[in-house]
Amino acid sequence: MTETLLDIKDVVVEYPSKGFRKEPFKALKGVSLDIRQGETVGLVGESGSGKTTLGRAVLGLAPVTGGGIKYRGREISKATRAQRRDLSHEIQVVFQDPYTSLNPSMTIEQILTEPLTVRKVGRQAANKRVAELLDQVRLPPGAAHRLPREFSGGQRQRVAIARALALDPKLIVCDEPVSALDLSTQARVMELFIEIQERTGVAYLFVSHDLAVVRHLSHRVAVMYHGEIVEWGDGEQVTGAPEHPYTQRLFMAAPIPDPDRQAQHRADRLRLLELQREQDVQAGVA
Amino acid sequence: MIESPPPMPAGAAKVSLFRRLLTHPTGVVSMVLLVLVALASVLAPLLATHDPNTASVQQVLAKAGSEHILGADSAGRDVFSRLLFAGQFSLAGALVALAVALILGVTAGLAAGYYGGWFDSVSSWLTGLMMALPGMVVLLAARAVVGPSMWLSMMIFGVLLSPAFFRLVYASVTAVRNELYVDAARVSGLSDVRIIGRHILTVVRAPVIIQSAMVLGIAIAIQAGLEFLGLGDRNIPTWGSMLNDGFINIFKSPTLVLWPALIIGLVCIALTLLANAMRDELERSRGPVKKSHKAAAAEAAADAEGAAEKRGAAAVVHADEPNEDAGEILLEVTDLGVGYDQPDGSTTHVVNHVNLTVRRGEVHGLVGESGSGKTQTAFSILRLLPQGGRITGGSIFFEGQDLAQLSEKEMTKVRGKRIAYIPQEPMSNLDSAFTIGSQLMEPMRVCLGISKAEARKRALSLLAKVGIPNPERTFDAYPHQISGGMAQRVLIAGAVSCEPDLLIADEPTTALDVTVQAEVLNLLRELQDELNMGVILVTHNFGVVADLCDRVTVMQTGRVVETGPVRSIFNHAQHPYTRQLLGAILEDTAPRGQYTLKELKGVAS
Repeated sequence: MTETLLDIKDVVVEYPSKGFRKEPFKALKGVSLDIRQGETVGLVGESGSGKTTLGRAVLGLAPVTGGGIKYRGREISKATRAQRRDLSHEIQVVFQDPYTSLNPSMTIEQILTEPLTVRKVGRQAANKRVAELLDQVRLPPGAAHRLPREFSGGQRQRVAIARALALDPKLIVCDEPVSALDLSTQARVMELFIEIQERTGVAYLFVSHDLAVVRHLSHRVAVMYHGEIVEWGDGEQVTGAPEHPYTQRLFMAAPIPDPDRQAQHRADRLRLLELQREQDVQAGVA
Repeated sequence: MIESPPPMPAGAAKVSLFRRLLTHPTGVVSMVLLVLVALASVLAPLLATHDPNTASVQQVLAKAGSEHILGADSAGRDVFSRLLFAGQFSLAGALVALAVALILGVTAGLAAGYYGGWFDSVSSWLTGLMMALPGMVVLLAARAVVGPSMWLSMMIFGVLLSPAFFRLVYASVTAVRNELYVDAARVSGLSDVRIIGRHILTVVRAPVIIQSAMVLGIAIAIQAGLEFLGLGDRNIPTWGSMLNDGFINIFKSPTLVLWPALIIGLVCIALTLLANAMRDELERSRGPVKKSHKAAAAEAAADAEGAAEKRGAAAVVHADEPNEDAGEILLEVTDLGVGYDQPDGSTTHVVNHVNLTVRRGEVHGLVGESGSGKTQTAFSILRLLPQGGRITGGSIFFEGQDLAQLSEKEMTKVRGKRIAYIPQEPMSNLDSAFTIGSQLMEPMRVCLGISKAEARKRALSLLAKVGIPNPERTFDAYPHQISGGMAQRVLIAGAVSCEPDLLIADEPTTALDVTVQAEVLNLLRELQDELNMGVILVTHNFGVVADLCDRVTVMQTGRVVETGPVRSIFNHAQHPYTRQLLGAILEDTAPRGQYTLKELKGVAS
């Protein structure tokens, strides 16, 4: 039996609303999820569904007001700054936007050594590690002394991945890491994600709105809607034969890149919507 | 499978501000002047010919000569020596004011900007209060209370100057506080002090240096002003007190006022010019980047051009499908070129030799990755290229007129009425100051020349037509009150309000959720059927192409690589680039599958 790495139980995240004594805004309404070692859990949902908030809650960047997040049995949802620092070599992050997630005034080397200096790694060891990391994400060693702006979107995302890998984490939260990339770049960065996982056994919490991306990468998939998980299970099952009406609608909405099959798909979608409407009406009557 | 990164331009490393200033003429001149003044003040004990405070009755108002290089003042003190020693006190006083302002303003700005909360509110309020106080009056009052101390009054002035730094730093910090790289640093476990020092201070460093030069100039001027009024410490020589003395004796010895005035003026001007030079240099640093970026694009385009020529391959054109009921040709783009004029006089070409034909009733997909020139092509048809862009060649025939040759005035008649446009970001294309209804009615009244009541009726029916559940309410709503999907429907309603012949949609669903996208695609299909428009659909999503398009044109680095009916492109793509794009589609790839222990091989547990 493999170890459960991260155990998310009934997590509630609330943001205070503006205005006196107003109800706080509930971004997550009791979400439960677990991630095993070396596994990819995909988190799909539309904007405002809370998928990014869940990722930020795991990272300690969102206020958890209920439930708990356990990392290897250790409660981390209320971790202090110092405890967070200890967690930094366990849990890391790759953000969506490769243009704002790297400090434009630091060289790649400075960006990559930053997490190392926190761990008090010596100068020589750090330089060696930077070379290893660049090699791992398939960037040339000469990249170390350049600034982020000299790189393309795909290359910057590789730098961000290298930064996440710097401390050999066990879990990386990936917040839409390929959404801002071009199609062919996206495919190559995803291959890199899989390759790194197979080599290092790191687990991913992979947040994306793109069903195809999640399907391609995830062992298990959770579908979020309005701050709740509506469907959660085996990736093939959830993306192939979804059971929840919302998941069904979501998967039917994504167009298929083939004109003839898409025409069929479109008709199926309208039929499904009609069917669900009827069911809603019946449920309302009953 | 891993891309080999393209070679990167060499030697674009950071060049220090100081070195860049050395190439800036006014920067060099003002720096040299300031350094000379500072050196002269520091070396005053060595350079001075007399003690600055030794009065001599014989020498009162002595003329310039061998005894006194610049003459002597009303107490017979040597002007040249006093000028040197006064520099020490004047500059030191100004530096004291600057230091106080920097320490207070920058620290408070960093803390308020980074942490927010009550400290933010209190310090912002205090800043407002201080800025409302008249500085000179406060200084006069302070002098009355604490006596004539130059140092104390400069410290107080420093406090009064601190809002200048506070506001500057505060604005920069709030701008970067939520940047993702700051979040990434937090996740890396960096302490707040380190994050502020490493990530936030670097952002405010440059503007603070510039502001410092300005503030120093102001401090010197104000200090001279106070001393000139006779409010300073009489025991120490300063430029201001020399000015005072010279002014009293202006009829007896006019040159006395000249030297301190000259040096105060020069130092203040030099500081201001230096600040300007630094700003120029820092802003220009963004210049070459952009240029090299564009140059890189140009190189890439040139490479592609060269490669295409070598291959001798123009775009792959697929034959039309037989018995396709082709409508009349609506738009014929031939040999289109788009370029951007560069500051050095050259032109960067972003679109080269593009041919494009759109028939009535046809949805034409323009597909490509970022930098392929697809949006540039679409914008050039609308003649709405961004600043600096222009059509460099070719023709755009739309119903017998060449749009490339039309004047701006004639183009206005075509745009909106005959050719409509749907943008990518619905929210930023609605003016938040006006209701949806007024934004829909305005163009209709101009284009169709109909009355307000008529326009309102049409707008409501259009809103109903694009599937908005409660048209009346949306009509009266402001843009922030509706969702992104609704906003895109409103923009589509606006685009078709004048029943255009050609609709240009630039990534119309990219910013939308997938379920909303499906609805918007359906809507576009219905409207297109009903109005029999030609549509140019710019997109990078092959699902959208398959859903909506009749024909597809694939673009790469500013040129068309393949064009043809949608089925031929999907099923019989010939150009390697098209194949590569189609190969990158994930929809048909197998899912990752079950999580197995096998994948954990090599993991030490």
